[in-house]
Amino acid sequence: MEFFLELLVNGLLVGMMYALVALSFVLIYKATSVINFAQGELVMFGGFIAAAMLTHYGLPLAIALPAALGLMISFGFTLERGMLRPLIGRPVIAIIMATVGLASILRGLAPMIWGAATKDVPLPLPVRPLVLFDLFISPLNLAAAAASLVFLAGFGYFFKKTRTGIAMRAVADDQQAAMSMGIKVGSIFALTWGIAGLVSAIGGVIWGNFLGVDTHLALVGLKVFPVVILGGLDSVLGAILGGLIVGAVENVSAGFIDPYVGGGTKDFIPYVLMIITLMIRPSGFFGREIIERV
Amino acid sequence: MIYRECGVFKTSYAADMALYRAPLAKFAVAAVAVFCAVIVPLGTNDHLLSLANLVGIAVVGAIGLNILTGFTGQISIGHGAFMAVGGYTAAILSARYGMPFWVGLIAGGALAAVVGAGFGMPSLRIKGLYLAIATLAAQFIIEWAINHITWISGGVQSTIYVPRPTLGGVPLNSELRKYYMILAVAAAGYVFAMNLVRSRVGRAFMAIRDRDVAAEIIGVNIFAYKLLAFAISSFYAGVAGALFTYYLEIANYEQFTITVSVQYLAMIIIGGLGSVLGSVFGAIFITLLPIVLRWVVEGIWGLFAPPTSAMLDVLANLRLIVFGGLVIFFLILEPDGLYRLWRHVKDYFRVWPFAY
Repeated sequence: MEFFLELLVNGLLVGMMYALVALSFVLIYKATSVINFAQGELVMFGGFIAAAMLTHYGLPLAIALPAALGLMISFGFTLERGMLRPLIGRPVIAIIMATVGLASILRGLAPMIWGAATKDVPLPLPVRPLVLFDLFISPLNLAAAAASLVFLAGFGYFFKKTRTGIAMRAVADDQQAAMSMGIKVGSIFALTWGIAGLVSAIGGVIWGNFLGVDTHLALVGLKVFPVVILGGLDSVLGAILGGLIVGAVENVSAGFIDPYVGGGTKDFIPYVLMIITLMIRPSGFFGREIIERV
Repeated sequence: MIYRECGVFKTSYAADMALYRAPLAKFAVAAVAVFCAVIVPLGTNDHLLSLANLVGIAVVGAIGLNILTGFTGQISIGHGAFMAVGGYTAAILSARYGMPFWVGLIAGGALAAVVGAGFGMPSLRIKGLYLAIATLAAQFIIEWAINHITWISGGVQSTIYVPRPTLGGVPLNSELRKYYMILAVAAAGYVFAMNLVRSRVGRAFMAIRDRDVAAEIIGVNIFAYKLLAFAISSFYAGVAGALFTYYLEIANYEQFTITVSVQYLAMIIIGGLGSVLGSVFGAIFITLLPIVLRWVVEGIWGLFAPPTSAMLDVLANLRLIVFGGLVIFFLILEPDGLYRLWRHVKDYFRVWPFAY
């Protein structure tokens, strides 16, 4: 039982870190209906930039972190301008493949600039695990969970209350109608990608600290799909919930099944979960169901 | 007899459906056949032939994916995994049960078709990006199954050694003999696809691609045809995987990872979605790209310094960058791919030397 609880709690905390990455994905899908297969690579790129700032150029955290965030925001803007805008209105496969192409470019570019060796992202967090009710919990996981919660609350407020957030929702709902109401759809798209860059950079810092920064960091992006499918592609709350479920299920099942099959359960269980969700309820827990008309 | 039509002058449905639109097409097909069957094997060495073999295998796989994605509009990111099903089926049949290679080819294709149709089931309810993600799941689940079920993977490193294929007592032991084996399969696959897409089934596929709700209303059984598209496409994938396995004489899952799935998608996008000939162009392009890139990098690097391991690192990264860059370049600037460029050339010469 204790083993189960420990697996569950740690899984939930890792799930919050998944949720952080999924948040950026959901944001892009919600506002621009682009499915971003390069999400993991964006996180990796953010991690590379942060690691380079901190260790390669030796900047203090107070300068390096904002600089990395700023760089990733402008990178997001650039992507929207250069790559996504020409593809507006094109079939799904074109957009999917464009982000797959982007993923390939980032995977080649990052090690080319900063080298392929695994880098650290040192954060001023205690390494020793905290002990709560006999459970070992790593401070990093707690910090990541806290960051995710802050972002969740922030985005919740932003989408419900602010003018820009409401405009974003309007664009997500119907681009043409939003345009005719005087919303600048282009700037909304650019803003979305900027925010996605920001969230990815934070994901990169946290995951980079957790796993170390190299091209394998991009594999985090592959876990995003089960998370968002479970939660619903266009729901911020769903991303968090999906993250928690995927984190918990994969950690618990890996703990119990791995000894029998020799590992790898973590890479496989989330996808089974996802297929089942797709069969039963394709729009996820909180996603909007789409009604089709000819 | 060597002329091309300069407009649409068809007076019957048969003429409209004809494979050879003008007499010139017959000469062109004959010329390509002679080129592939005689000139390529005679005029090249083993290294170039091995490239031709890789291209041939890629052609089979790319045509299969194009039937599903280009003609039926169902995106699949699990093509590599369906190839793995075919490859491992062939390997197990040949290595453990001593089956001849053509049985392995067909059985590999058939099992891949069954598995592909199974993973295509969700396509009734979900489409577009959801389907893309579901096929992505297929990729990971199949990969995991191959790696972790020891009966399939054979245990060590998920690698099965396959006995050398023989045909009628002749061992296919040289690049040249394997070339003919692959050429025959690729040609059969090409002809079948060309005929499929102008048949009733092919038209149903295209109707589903263009607007599935409308297709259903005019009486196309969407579910059956979507599953059929998955099955045919996966059959091609399975045959390509089996061919690859017999070619390498080894089955290894690393030949069938998600990177491979993405490469096949890139082939049909760069070659041209919804075009059988385009799949061939794309297969050639993507297969030869890393080799050409290597020549270029080695050439430029060689001007300044002797080749080192640093160059190989640069090359590996550059390969990813160029690959991604080309995909985006084609998507933005030439969405219909190389096939469109080929059409431009053809259209130019249609009434040449006159302006119109």
